[in-house]
Amino acid sequence: MYPENLKYSKDHEWVKLEGNIATVGISFYAQEELGDIVYVDLPEIGKTVKQNDVLAVIESVKSASDVYSPISGKVIEVNEKLKEKPEIINEDPYQEGWIAKLEISNPNELDTLMNAEEYKKLIGA
Amino acid sequence: MNKEIPLIKDLHDDNRPTINLPDPLEDYLPEKILPEKLLREDIPIPQVSEPEVVRHFTNLSQRGYGVDTGFYPLGSCTMKYNPKINEEIASFSSFANLHPYTPEDLSQGSLEIIYKLGEYLSNITGMDKFTFQPSAGAHGELTALLIIKAYFKDKGEKRKIVLVPDSAHGTNPASATMAGFETIEIPSDERGLVNPNILAKYLNKDVAVLMLTNPNTLGLFEKDILKISQMVHETGALLYYDGANLNGIMGYARPGDMGFDAVHVNLHKTFSTPHGGGGPGAGPVGVKSFLKDYLPKPIVEFDGEKYYLNYDIKKSIGRIRTFHGNFLVLLKAYCYIRLLGSEGLKNVTEMAVLNANYLKERLKDLFHLPYPDLCKHEFVLSGKKQKEKGIKVLDIAKRLLDYGVHPPTIYFPLIVEEALMIEPTETETKNTLDQFVEILKAIIKESEENPNVLKSAPHSTPVGRLDEVHAAKILKVNWK
Repeated sequence: MYPENLKYSKDHEWVKLEGNIATVGISFYAQEELGDIVYVDLPEIGKTVKQNDVLAVIESVKSASDVYSPISGKVIEVNEKLKEKPEIINEDPYQEGWIAKLEISNPNELDTLMNAEEYKKLIGA
Repeated sequence: MNKEIPLIKDLHDDNRPTINLPDPLEDYLPEKILPEKLLREDIPIPQVSEPEVVRHFTNLSQRGYGVDTGFYPLGSCTMKYNPKINEEIASFSSFANLHPYTPEDLSQGSLEIIYKLGEYLSNITGMDKFTFQPSAGAHGELTALLIIKAYFKDKGEKRKIVLVPDSAHGTNPASATMAGFETIEIPSDERGLVNPNILAKYLNKDVAVLMLTNPNTLGLFEKDILKISQMVHETGALLYYDGANLNGIMGYARPGDMGFDAVHVNLHKTFSTPHGGGGPGAGPVGVKSFLKDYLPKPIVEFDGEKYYLNYDIKKSIGRIRTFHGNFLVLLKAYCYIRLLGSEGLKNVTEMAVLNANYLKERLKDLFHLPYPDLCKHEFVLSGKKQKEKGIKVLDIAKRLLDYGVHPPTIYFPLIVEEALMIEPTETETKNTLDQFVEILKAIIKESEENPNVLKSAPHSTPVGRLDEVHAAKILKVNWK
């Protein structure tokens, strides 16, 4: 439920780095806590965010929650499918349910994030 | 009970006799007084008999649930009993039929009520001047933030940040956004409170205001409020009081004495006027005197002889609502304050706090209690023990409906996992509270013996478990 090849933030986002492109989403734990997701407010392409800035907003039947960018960079692609089917995040948070891809500006920030083992400890999994 | 009530249009029958309205006078024929595009050939008014109409609406009215039908421990909403004498007074023709444009000299009594309610609320909250235009709590927040924005603009300061704790009502950031501010969230400490050491990291010259609810949404009094107030004011920012939880301190502590610069009061919560379907509400805003020149106009004033509407408020943010707000709601709040007096209002707070603490102690072993301190008028339990066994707090809430109880607030505040926020209010007897405990015990027992009865609840309501995802995504707000 917490893939080893990802990095995790304390706010329950995950990052997958390929070259200088980071794919960002929310963890299995986060989607479970949010409950059924009904809307995702995606960032605009070209937007630059700093680490911990608000990247997107997820609305579930329980609440509206900010998704913080686990890493600094420029948004180059967003998951358009989430506009029609936001529930993909509940169904498949790590593959189909990704939120945005960023061209990262500071790879060192990755060291401030947790690995799967550390993240599982944080959430008591 | 489980029968769906048909829409009145579905009761239509072409054979029902209809009422023939007399033809209008020549000068008032629709085609003479209305533009052509507004004229319609037919108006789909259902043809139904009088008994059918009466039964339809009586049946609908019996589907309602309110504090007049049962226990309603909805946290942070203060669903206290609304004394019927208030309704009776508000229905007096001299109040109910008063036109808002009645000249001042013919509406002295009503103006006096608004003026005196302002004095009473100033006394209760420690503020200097009130506006009665805001229609509800969130409208009050927006009004106060617009006042604060105008104040800083006047001083030539560009402060764009509103701070709210992570336990704040969702209306706080929403109001801040509406007023053109940016919201930043402050994490609560392990006590569930705003911690001055954490707050210090967030305070700077960009911060316009800190919005606080005290007691907060965990039902806990912000113990460091005097220190917080000092720190906020030292950076030149202001302090705003969300009055949703005034029922926990009324008569014992005043926001004005704690250093708050602006407050809103929910008359429909603390001051016993109906809300929800029985509303409307009222969210008057009170300010310290340095902000009173920014209040919406007009304000009711007294010149020593008569009451009048003062439009001469030079820096006023303008009107934020038509006429004088929800006047009959103001009247009911006025009656409530006059009926109870200052000792009575203190007694309200005592009983509200006693009831909440009694329930908390009786329920703390059944659920997880994340903040075990003495609470004020409400407290928050966590259903995490139950969740480990696959029962969500939503299932428990839905099952409560089958027992004829309105569920508490759930999944709020967001900082408590599987939150169950309970506010019994002062108007409930020990007997009712004990019954509620027994019902929850029975539900927990069911969850262990027959969890499916919870997961598929409610069973006794006109409609069963609603599809919340569908409801949130596909809005259908029209009968057609």
